[in-house]
Amino acid sequence: MGSNRRQFLRIAGVTTLLGLGGGITLSASSYQPEEHSAREKEARLHAGRWGMVIDTRKFQTEEDFHRVIEACHSIHNVPRDEAKAKQEIKWIWADHFEHVFPGKENPFLAERVEQNEFLLLCNHCKNPPCVRVCPTQATYKREDGIVQMDFHRCIGCRYCMAGCPFGSRSFNFCDPGPYVKDKNPDFPVRMRGVVEKCLFCYERLEEGKQPACVEASNGGLIFGDLDDPDSHIRQVLREKYTIRRKVDLGTEPSVFYIV
Amino acid sequence: MYDAGKILIGLVIFLLLLTFPFWYSLGQASYESPELQLPEDSQECIRDTEWMRKNHMQLLDDWRDTVVREGKSVYTGSEGKQYDMSLQKTCMDCHTSKKKFCDRCHNSASVEPYCWDCHVAPEEVANGQQ
Repeated sequence: MGSNRRQFLRIAGVTTLLGLGGGITLSASSYQPEEHSAREKEARLHAGRWGMVIDTRKFQTEEDFHRVIEACHSIHNVPRDEAKAKQEIKWIWADHFEHVFPGKENPFLAERVEQNEFLLLCNHCKNPPCVRVCPTQATYKREDGIVQMDFHRCIGCRYCMAGCPFGSRSFNFCDPGPYVKDKNPDFPVRMRGVVEKCLFCYERLEEGKQPACVEASNGGLIFGDLDDPDSHIRQVLREKYTIRRKVDLGTEPSVFYIV
Repeated sequence: MYDAGKILIGLVIFLLLLTFPFWYSLGQASYESPELQLPEDSQECIRDTEWMRKNHMQLLDDWRDTVVREGKSVYTGSEGKQYDMSLQKTCMDCHTSKKKFCDRCHNSASVEPYCWDCHVAPEEVANGQQ
């Protein structure tokens, strides 16, 4: 056979070039992203850091809590089936003082504080541990302070649930679809193996609306920009004494409680 | 060349195997594009049909990242018209049925996109099928 090393290398080189060239022409003809044409909605509300004040004096009866929780869970397709109680998914819920503010309880608490429940949701921390531990950046902090989740990217490792000191996150141990009644066709459901939590209604802020819980709270929840000294929420914070959950952990929650 | 006969026979067998899909389907009916149910109350998509057929998957991927990550959710179509970048609110507002639109091609092409693991199809939800 007349082939030698030099010829072999030449043929191999030419073939490689052809292959590469072909690949480039193919990819050049395919889809080009059109970032230039994507834009924010005009009605979108902006803030330096979104925050919330919970006026616990306005949450007295079961109905007060139910109305707010239902407003959130119904539009976000959160399963509310009794059959799934053991694997409860919650974006906003209520619990007793000693669980909400551990370390702050004392044996002679005011009756109202001792017996009533307190509203709980994701604190959208300024320094969120869930974001630090997420290996896929499925959970991340937006410029406006919202701790956002990209459900597409969540791999269900649950590091964020271990990282969150507030228990704000729930895991879908099974497909939640069948447990969601009257699905809201404007919002997705989640799939098995994905973590979920409150997202401060980013989809409503985009349309210029307040979060669903705030709208349903009859003034019990105040939502606004913590970075803007003239905002309503800052005015409330100036006037009323407020506390936050587990401040000593240094996560800097953005949810404040008037007790 | 040593063993030319054996090598040639081997090559012929190899080529036959390689081209198996082509000559196997020779006598059979050719591929027919599935019939899709088109929306009744709207005439135009955000881009022309040919472009959408070829690029909708990359477009949706692109929309997903732009909306979730960058918070930009207004898309300007080729006609200058503006759309909400949302599978559920825009695409499936016209193409209301997953079964009669999306699935027909996907099944025929044997692809299984996982969009509907989470996103809901309006018509199937209304009928209680999803």
